Order: sequence, then C-alpha cells, then structure tokens
Amino acid sequence: MKKIEAIIQPSRFDAVKEALHEVGVDGMTVSEVRGHGRQKGHTEVYRGSEYTVDLLPKVKLEMVVPDRMADAAVQAILKTAKTGKIGDGKIFLTHVDDAIRIRNEERGDAAL
Amino acid sequence: MRRLFLGLLLGTLLISGLTAAPACAQSTDSQGAAAGSASSSASLQEQVGKLQQQVADARSSGDNAWMLVCAALVLMMTGPGLALFYGGLVRKKNVLGTMMQSFILLAIVTVLWALFGYSLVFHSGTRFIGNLGYLFLHGVGAAPNPDYAATIPQETFMVYQLMFAIITPALITGAFAERMKFSAMVVFMILWTLLVYDPMAHMVWGKGGLLNATLGGVIPTLDFAGGTVVHITSGVSALVCALYLGKRLGYPHEPMPPHSVVLSFIGACLLWVGWFGFNAGSALAAGSLASSAFVATHFAAAAAALGWSAAEWLRNGKASVLGAISGAVAGLVAITPAAGFVGPMSALVIGLIAGVLCYLMVAKVKGRFGYDDSLDAFGVHGAGGTVGALLTGVFAVRAVNPIFKDAQGNALAVGLIDGNARQVINQFVGVVMAWVLAIVGTLVILKIVDVLVGLRVREEHEIQGLDLSQHGEEGYNLEV
Repeated sequence: MKKIEAIIQPSRFDAVKEALHEVGVDGMTVSEVRGHGRQKGHTEVYRGSEYTVDLLPKVKLEMVVPDRMADAAVQAILKTAKTGKIGDGKIFLTHVDDAIRIRNEERGDAAL
Repeated sequence: MRRLFLGLLLGTLLISGLTAAPACAQSTDSQGAAAGSASSSASLQEQVGKLQQQVADARSSGDNAWMLVCAALVLMMTGPGLALFYGGLVRKKNVLGTMMQSFILLAIVTVLWALFGYSLVFHSGTRFIGNLGYLFLHGVGAAPNPDYAATIPQETFMVYQLMFAIITPALITGAFAERMKFSAMVVFMILWTLLVYDPMAHMVWGKGGLLNATLGGVIPTLDFAGGTVVHITSGVSALVCALYLGKRLGYPHEPMPPHSVVLSFIGACLLWVGWFGFNAGSALAAGSLASSAFVATHFAAAAAALGWSAAEWLRNGKASVLGAISGAVAGLVAITPAAGFVGPMSALVIGLIAGVLCYLMVAKVKGRFGYDDSLDAFGVHGAGGTVGALLTGVFAVRAVNPIFKDAQGNALAVGLIDGNARQVINQFVGVVMAWVLAIVGTLVILKIVDVLVGLRVREEHEIQGLDLSQHGEEGYNLEV
C-alpha cells in the first residue's frame, strides 16, 4: 500500500478529485492548509504600510491506495493539478505497513 | 404646500385689512358704522395674529422634523458608522474592544451632557466656558433659544448638539486602539469631555465664547459644523495619546493588517450618509443653507476619495478600497468647518486637497516619525480638520452665507476670495487655540489617568486581545 499526499492549488481541487474517482480511488481526506515552497507570497498595502503574505492557501489531499493503483493515481493528479506556474504544489509517496477498517477490523487492501 | 397655502391666506387677509382701514376713515359721520368697523378691524388683527402664529408653527414643525432626523443621522455616525470603520481596521482579537470604545461613549457622554455638559457649552458664561444655568437641563424645553435656533425647541437643539459631543471623543479611540485598558479609557473620556470638548465648543459655538463668529466673540472664527471643535480637538488629542501610550507590541515589525476591510467599508459609507446630518443639519433649519451645506459636503467627499485614490495609484500602482473610503472620510472632515460657507466648486477643491494631504500624512509622515497612530485618527482628523479650518477662511463667501453684516445690515466680505484676508488670520488663531487646548488638556488628563488606574493593558492581555482580556468575549465564534 502507498500513501499519496498531494498539496495542490485550491482552484484545481474539483478537477483532481474527479480524475481520482475515475481511476478508482474511493476515499480521501482533504484539508485546507496554508504554506509555501519556492513560490514567494504577495504584498498587501494598507494605508501605505506594506505586508508580505508568504503563507498561501492550499488544499492537501491524503489517500492510501493499493500498490497497483499508485501510479495511475499519481498520473491523474499530475494531469489535472498542473498549470505550469510556480505554486502548483507537490506530491509525496510513502510506504504504508497496514490499514485497518475500524468497523469490522478488515486488514490490508480490503480495508481501503 | 401647507406653508404656501397659509402664506396666500395671510396675504389676502392683509390686503383686505388695508382696504378696510380707509373705509373706516370715510365713514366718521356715522357713529354706528364707525363702531362696527373698529370692531371688525380688531377682529381682523386678531385673525392676522393667529395666522402669523400658524405660519410660525408650520415653519417650526418643518425645521424641527429635519433637525430631529439630523440628530439621529449624527448618532448613526458613531454607532454603527465609526464603530464598524474602526472595528474593521483592527486585528480580529480586538474587534469588540474597539467597537465598545465607541458604543460606551454613546451612553457616557449622553449622561454627562444631560447633567451639565449642555450647560457648560451653551449657557452664556465666561469667554472660555458656560455657567451652570442649564444644570440638569433646567429650562431646556419646548421654547426655542433664539440665540442659537429660533424655530426649533431648545430640547431639539440640545439633543442634536449632544450627538457631536458623542462622536468627538469616539474619534480619538482610533489612536490608542488595541492597547488601552477599558477602565482607563472610560475615565479618560469623562475628563476629556469636561476639560477639552466643553470649553472648545463653548469658545466657538457658545454665546459670548472667545472665538464665536456672531454671538459676541472676540476673534470671529468660522466653524460651521466642527472643524476645530470636533476634528482638531480629537485628532490632535489622538496624536498626544499615541505618543504617550507608545507603540503596540510588535509595531512596526509584526504585520497588523485590518482584519476586515469589508466592515470598514460599511462603516465609511454610513459615515458619509450620517455626515449630511452633521453638516447640513448645522444650518439648524431646513432652509437653503442646509441645501448648500449638503451639496458642499457631498462634493468634498467625492473629490477627496478621488484625490486619495489617485495619489495611491501613482505611488503603489493600485487604488485600494481602504484608500478610497479613507479619502472620502478625509474630505468629509475637511469640509466640516466650511460646509455652510463655501460654494460647490470650492468644496471640490477643499476635498481634493484634503484627500491628497491626508494620504501623505498616513503613508509618509507617520512612517517617518514612527508614532503608532493605529487607525490614523490624527492623520485624517487632525490634519484634515486643520487644513479644512484654514481653507474655510480662504473660500468662505457672503453669497453662500452672509454671516458678517455692518450696522446697516449689509453683508460684508467673509473669506479671502470674498475680499476679507483677515479671516485667514482669525481661522489660524482658532486652529492654534484648538491645538493648544487639545495638547495641554490631553497631556494633563493622561497623566492623571496613568496615576489613577494605569493606561495600558498588561502585556499578556495585549497579546491575548482586548475582546477576551477586557470584555470576556470574542467577536467571532465561527466554529460554534
């Protein structure tokens, strides 16, 4: 099993979610987060005082998928989240030892 | 319509009365006819008198309706207008504390005004302060006070002027926002109303006041709706407060952007509308002078919004919403002393100058001197009020308001462009008086309050925010 963590532009979220459903990803956890990578923030000016806003709003998706599905899921995110501009975000992949469904204690791929 | 009808009726009766008089003279040979004529002319006179009274009553009810609406409009400027304008400009942990500082003044100043404030300002007394003839509003009722407003009940005049006494101290709260103790602010404001506002208002507007333009002043200063009394006193006191209290923790390194320009936007628009009550209402009647002041007020606000926006656009490459609304307020401040004295084109010029000047005050001058006038009470009200008071001496004309008259009742020149250069000097003296009184008075009061209760909140309370530390509540409980 692989855990996929993707941090994307909020405006691309709906497209990414749809593409993931199409390749068979059934569940995900989504949070609204703030952060920055290489993208610099923007400046705001209030009555002549300048403020630099460097933490920008992003959407973070987390999902755990069977190994065979991981590539398709990553491709789906790449295709839909990319605008080609700085600030498009990142994808992180990690190996997951096990998964347990709390309701009936199923384990492994069956629990996903 | 009613007034026109009564006028026509009165005219007809006067004419019939005049034709009746010669008829009476011609019929002296007949005793009975003469007696009949005399009694009918007496009853005619009685009728004319009654009609004159009805005309006066109609005028009074028209003026009174307008003035009561204006009083309500000026109240709306403080709450919600100023409370929203200032509330949006602070960080969200201080939104309630800031709104409360305006709101509590509605209550405090009203009680002070009822007990003795009105008397200290508007009863005749010394050159500097009124005496206690109207203590507890004694004798202030339905009868007009012809010295100030001959056509409305003095009670209306009293409550209208009260609204000015409320908003003036509320303006100061912008300078010490986000760091003053609520208790200290309450004590400060009680003393400030007593020691700064009441004397200044008496000097400019009270009968026999030093700077009064028509009621026996020594140096006739023009201040239609409160450029010196309201905006200079509050703006300069604000600067003194900002310097005395010191900067907010973290200023200017930590970002302190407004938490909601949307709230400020609503507040500024309410201020603009309320200002018609403030300025046009200062005509104290529903006549043509009110129209003239209304137009001047509106034009200055528009020109100043454009002036500030243009200056900001040139310097930053963008015209901000906060800039546009701040500019409008600056224009309204500057036109306040001039509203009932200047024509519409002069109002545009005054507004434009105020918009650009106040922008430079808050964007350049404040940064250079490094004082933390948090919400720019000095930059907008102190600077705008000063330039407005001085320009009133330049642009006032007798065609708008023939306030100065010679012994024969002919209108004399009023401002510089009208041919009275001296008025600029008089305005300057008025401005200096207001500055000195505000600086000295505020310093003394701050010292007293500092010793009595301490001015600033504790450091951890400042970090926590005024809403929780001073009032035990939060402005936004969005997760609930």
